[in-house]
Amino acid sequence: MPAMRIVIWVVEGTWQGCIDAASHSLPAGAQVALLHVTPSDVAEVAGAATTGLLGRAFAGRRPARSFQDVADAAASELLAAAAARLGRQDAALLRRRGRVEREVIRAVAENVDLLVVARDGDHSRLGPHSLGPTTRFVVDHAPCAVLLVWPDEPPGIESIPPPPPPGHHPPPRRD
Amino acid sequence: MPGPIAETIAGLLLVATLVSAVVRPWGLPEALVAVPAAGLLLLLGILPLGQAGAEASSLAPTIGFLAAVLVLANLCDRFGLFEAAGTWMATGSRGRPVTLLALVFAIASTVTAVLSLDATVVLLTPVVFATVARLRLRAKPHVYACTHLANSASLLLPVSNLTNLLAFSASGLSFVRFGATMALPWLAAIAVEWLVLRRFFAVDLVGHAEPVSDTRGPVPVFACVVVVLTLLGFFVTSLFHVAPAFAALGGAVTLAVPALVNRRATVRDIGLALEVPFLAFVLALGLIVKAVSVHGLGTLVTHLMPGGTSLGALLLIAVIAAVLANLINNLPAVLLLLPAASVAGPGAVLAVLIGVNTGPNLTYVGSLATLLWRRVLRQRGEELPLSEFVRLGALTVPLVLVTATVALWVSLRLMG
Repeated sequence: MPAMRIVIWVVEGTWQGCIDAASHSLPAGAQVALLHVTPSDVAEVAGAATTGLLGRAFAGRRPARSFQDVADAAASELLAAAAARLGRQDAALLRRRGRVEREVIRAVAENVDLLVVARDGDHSRLGPHSLGPTTRFVVDHAPCAVLLVWPDEPPGIESIPPPPPPGHHPPPRRD
Repeated sequence: MPGPIAETIAGLLLVATLVSAVVRPWGLPEALVAVPAAGLLLLLGILPLGQAGAEASSLAPTIGFLAAVLVLANLCDRFGLFEAAGTWMATGSRGRPVTLLALVFAIASTVTAVLSLDATVVLLTPVVFATVARLRLRAKPHVYACTHLANSASLLLPVSNLTNLLAFSASGLSFVRFGATMALPWLAAIAVEWLVLRRFFAVDLVGHAEPVSDTRGPVPVFACVVVVLTLLGFFVTSLFHVAPAFAALGGAVTLAVPALVNRRATVRDIGLALEVPFLAFVLALGLIVKAVSVHGLGTLVTHLMPGGTSLGALLLIAVIAAVLANLINNLPAVLLLLPAASVAGPGAVLAVLIGVNTGPNLTYVGSLATLLWRRVLRQRGEELPLSEFVRLGALTVPLVLVTATVALWVSLRLMG
């Protein structure tokens, strides 16, 4: 049987928990790749703000390193740190840039068996909207199995709200 | 020359100036089109020499003030003030993204108010970006906060924004009175930005950072003291009816001398920090707008501008200013609106500032620039990642505009 191919999507803020949770579920002999996507709009917006100054950001006042360079270096360091935390120095490191949700799907479009995704991790918003739009898109469109992990302690069973009173019907679906 | 033709020529030259300022073909300074355009208007007699002279002499102190503030901010950077702010934010956040955002808000609002929005955009934003990257947190909320606050938090002092400096000399307000009246609108604008951004980016403000090794460099005490003294100087000079530009000049010189001695900066660095081409651009733009406005557009603006300082009038003024700032750019917008607004009184001038300062968050770079920028991007075949920025602007700008204007109205009532 060929080795299972797994991609772990690493995101700032939740990557530690995601790696820890994934490491418990990794089958022996699985091929692991770590994926990070840099959103392209952040550097774009920061750069455009200087354009809005109508050229006051001229000559010597440009930052020494462009936002893009800083973001690229940070992404590489994050992936290296994630590989170290996972204890898999053989893991492939995939660095992408663009619209995050689409780049993630593109990265797992072929020959991937499992995508590991950290939940957005806000325990206060459990319910239909508990996933952010980016994660929601990935969960909906990934052409492989998705393992959704909590980056921190999973909520307890007491987080379930009390059942609706008898005779209560959910509102009709709009579609 | 007949009015309509003069008006058309002046209008075309204004558009050409703004377009070249945004596109900056071959990276040439924006003054390269603006200065000849202004010269052409003088040569053709579209802008009479007398009026040009009056406009130039009224702009000169403002331009000097701007130059001093630009140098001051640049030297603060060379003394490591912004690096220190980055370290302070990193350690102060204790790895919590929401705490970090609160610190970014505090620093960005202060830097914008005291050292101008230029300092926030050009000097602080890269530091925030690097800090967030080092903490391995998501950059988006913090970078967006910087770009938004550079506009919204530039209401407080005359030095906070070039538009304020231009309006300051026209309004007849003292530095103290300007700051005192705008304190409430400033706080209101920041509060609205906080409430909206905190919610808008809730998904990105999750998790926690790696503990950072405490690599605190020495705090640039000298630069901090000079900035605080300069700030005090603004108020003191104003009380003694001395132009506050001298306080900025004093601060810049106090930092420049040791910087030159310690070789933190060369004379050439300080010369570059003066942004002479930009200063020339502001002067030329002032003259071009003057030419446009003496040939009819000025009368139109005066007709549109409501009189009085009722809440309704202030809101209408702020909205007109915001729309104009988004259509052209806030710099020509404020130059165009000021003559009419200063007739209506200081309240109207401050309402114009709320519009032109907070309005630009609506359309990316807040001007005709938006259109050009988008076109340039499309030519490069890149997908425009702007929808989020525009959505955020659509959420914040109307709210900030209304809240800050209501705060201004209250402020004007309180100040009497």
